Amino acid sequence: MTDTFLLDGVAVPFAPGQTVLQAALSAGRYIPHLCYHPEFRPHGSCKVCTVKANGRNATGCTLPAQAGLVVESETDELRALRQTLVQMLFAEGNHFCPSCEKSGNCVLQALGYDLGVMTAGFRHFFPDRPVDASHPDILLDANRCILCELCMRASREVDGKDLFAFSGRGLDKRLIVNAPSGRLADTNAELGDKAMEVCPVGAILKKRVGFAVPIGQRRYDKSPISEQALADAPRPNGLKGGGT
Amino acid sequence: MAYGASQDFNWRSVGWGILLEHCAVNHDNEPTVSPDLAALISQACARHGNRPEALLQVLREVQESQHCISPEAARRVAETLGQPLGRVLGVAGFYAFLSTTAVGQYRVLFSDNITDRMLGNMDLLTALCEKLWVERGRLSEDGLVSVDTTSCTGLCDQGPALLVNGWAIPHVTRDRLDRIAELILAKLPVESWPRELFAIQDNIRRRDILLGHDLAPGDALRASLARGCEPGGPLEAAANERSWREGIPGGALGGPLATLEEIKRAHLRGRGGAGFTTGLKWEACRNAPGPDRYVVCNADEGEPGTFKDRVLLSSQADLVFEGMTVAAYTIGARRGFLYLRGEYRYLLESLQAVLARRRAENLLGEAILGQAGFDFDIEIHLGAGAYVCGEESALIESLEGKRGIPRNRPPYPVTHGYLQRPTVVNNVETFCAAALIARHGGDWYRAIGTEKSAGTKLLSVSGDCALPGIYEYPFGTTVRQVLADCGAENTQAVQISGPSGVCIDASEFDRRIAFEDLPTAGAFTVFDHTRDMFEVARNYAHFFAHESCGFCTPCRVGTAMLRNTMDKIAAGHGTYFDLAEIEKLDKVLQMSAHCGLGHTACNPTLDTIKRFRHAYERRLKSLEFEPAFDLDGALARARQMTGRDDAGAHLSTEAGE
Repeated sequence: MTDTFLLDGVAVPFAPGQTVLQAALSAGRYIPHLCYHPEFRPHGSCKVCTVKANGRNATGCTLPAQAGLVVESETDELRALRQTLVQMLFAEGNHFCPSCEKSGNCVLQALGYDLGVMTAGFRHFFPDRPVDASHPDILLDANRCILCELCMRASREVDGKDLFAFSGRGLDKRLIVNAPSGRLADTNAELGDKAMEVCPVGAILKKRVGFAVPIGQRRYDKSPISEQALADAPRPNGLKGGGT
Repeated sequence: MAYGASQDFNWRSVGWGILLEHCAVNHDNEPTVSPDLAALISQACARHGNRPEALLQVLREVQESQHCISPEAARRVAETLGQPLGRVLGVAGFYAFLSTTAVGQYRVLFSDNITDRMLGNMDLLTALCEKLWVERGRLSEDGLVSVDTTSCTGLCDQGPALLVNGWAIPHVTRDRLDRIAELILAKLPVESWPRELFAIQDNIRRRDILLGHDLAPGDALRASLARGCEPGGPLEAAANERSWREGIPGGALGGPLATLEEIKRAHLRGRGGAGFTTGLKWEACRNAPGPDRYVVCNADEGEPGTFKDRVLLSSQADLVFEGMTVAAYTIGARRGFLYLRGEYRYLLESLQAVLARRRAENLLGEAILGQAGFDFDIEIHLGAGAYVCGEESALIESLEGKRGIPRNRPPYPVTHGYLQRPTVVNNVETFCAAALIARHGGDWYRAIGTEKSAGTKLLSVSGDCALPGIYEYPFGTTVRQVLADCGAENTQAVQISGPSGVCIDASEFDRRIAFEDLPTAGAFTVFDHTRDMFEVARNYAHFFAHESCGFCTPCRVGTAMLRNTMDKIAAGHGTYFDLAEIEKLDKVLQMSAHCGLGHTACNPTLDTIKRFRHAYERRLKSLEFEPAFDLDGALARARQMTGRDDAGAHLSTEAGE
């Protein structure tokens, strides 16, 4: 018999070493999340997956699952928190969905829809951020970067290239390219790199591909992210997930 | 005022600054570093065994010698330490005292705590900028000087203060500022400036068991070594069961555990603010599996308004190191670090000298005091301007040469600290108290203070009082008593434990300094009835936004939003809607921020809204909502460019209050 914890009153089994979010997704239970990616070690920076565990707020993707833990996720309070966090990310960068090639495939946008974020909520910062179009195949647009660190993690852990790093701090925190010139063209970045594939938003885009899949037929146009994330989650026993 | 003329000049200087920066970044023909710099980098790296943990220390040394970390220097450091350039630039970009663009031969940073503000630091800053013909935050045209602000430098009892190339100057008056300007214009190296400019006082006003102790160096260690345990008793059994001193002969078996027992019996709690029980922390670290253990002294005293660790390090360095060595003996550590905040750079040489003397006296090094196997030594690491590194896991990251980002916990440092090894991190004052307990025993210590707060507490008293400085009191002392002793009159409010603590008003002055009432890391900032408590809170809001590490969304964005909302209210555009927004931000930060910085960032604002609401309300418009966008303000750039500031250059006089 495996250990379980309670997620919104329902028992969720977990394997040793799994975090609350990982176990929930494996069990077909969705907790909204953004910077977590099933192929990478969670680092817990976006805070969208915040849950209440035994009465205390905790980050679901990094909180180790424990037998008997009582986890609340689908509460009004946490839903409001997640809406606000998504609004904050929109306010922090320059996200103009209608003209963005990632629209419909964008995790931030999909979360906004799924969480029912209907307004901007905050005065936007409209930061002055650069676009790096130096690379022949890849466009790097810092305006849309949400600092999830996925490209950094992928480049280091999968591609073995260490193409990216963070500099600055606070609101000045920004993605930098690991080259003396600071330009992506002066690195060994390639389109096939894992780092170029994992960006959840439109900060890293393939050049010369514009709306090849029409709006309306894209990933999160078909089903909301809450269903799509379950379909993508690694599941035990070859169980097919998704959208049932 | 010659506003137009100076603006014209500075516009040119701005242009040059951008051009220079651009040139530096776009060097493609493999620029190299000078032989001197190459030697400096290789020596600094070698001193740290060319290990990646050296990164921050090496960058700090490059900054100190070159006044900037040039692209070539960064590349050289990256190559020497075998690190990606991006990582080097990322670390350089994190710490306020490191700069990847030129900041001038002289970088003047005015401490910008609220106490410095109250003493007129902004007027002084403006005066210096005019004298040196430079715009705040910009490099002067000749590349000589830049002037800006920095977070509290821990000289609140002798402010206003500033740093020149990292060296602290207290008591800045107009006269002293004139001298500083002359020295800069004469291009005299800071090392040859008159020493008295840099003279910093301890200002110890009240001594109790800690500041009045009579221990000689080594006394606490000798007491620990002598504190054997009953042969065959439970302590000896426990000692034999496990632990570090597998190589230590029988005589020492009881000592470490017996000392741990005294620390536990003393009910010593951490003095850094959180108040975790020291004995339990040491025990958990001692019991953690793995061969290497570390003792870290957190001297990253960054909380605005606190400076007691500075005084302890300048007047009680032996006691601090003795406490660390007691901890090392107790948990079985061989290596220790003192993480000294960059603002206290000037203490480095004297602290190194104390360490050298203690090595010579066999109070550090191998077989300390002749006890075989008791090997321990201490290294000093300097910070480089990052408040968040006061958080213990961020401090450990910084010790490892990384950006100071708080770690995900669990696991905690007691099991996975420095280099993922069991690590004890304690405050400077905690180690001092531990040394006293090692000498005099837990019961002696336990008898001082209150039921839940044993011992004494050092308070850093500053602000509106006649005698600012360090006051040591037994726990349980009332705020009123402290105010009377420091000569505070007509006191409106006291900020206890800095902006991350609590702000109390006159109705609460009978409350006590103690973990069960007013817990504090030591800051005690006094505001008399002439002070505008809104501006106090606004200063603190700017502080948190400046110091947020940027890791988590709520703190990175939320602290900036709080700062902007306070600025909006200050500009006369605030409404009740904004007060509600602040409460909403607080809720988000409380619920989801990654560490204590975010959790407490709204405290000063909420405390003052609650207690001094009029300070906010008199600034609010009566509307429900008012946009932050300021039509007239949007013309500021145009006014700056044309050098005009007359009535005709403004859109409206509506806000003519």
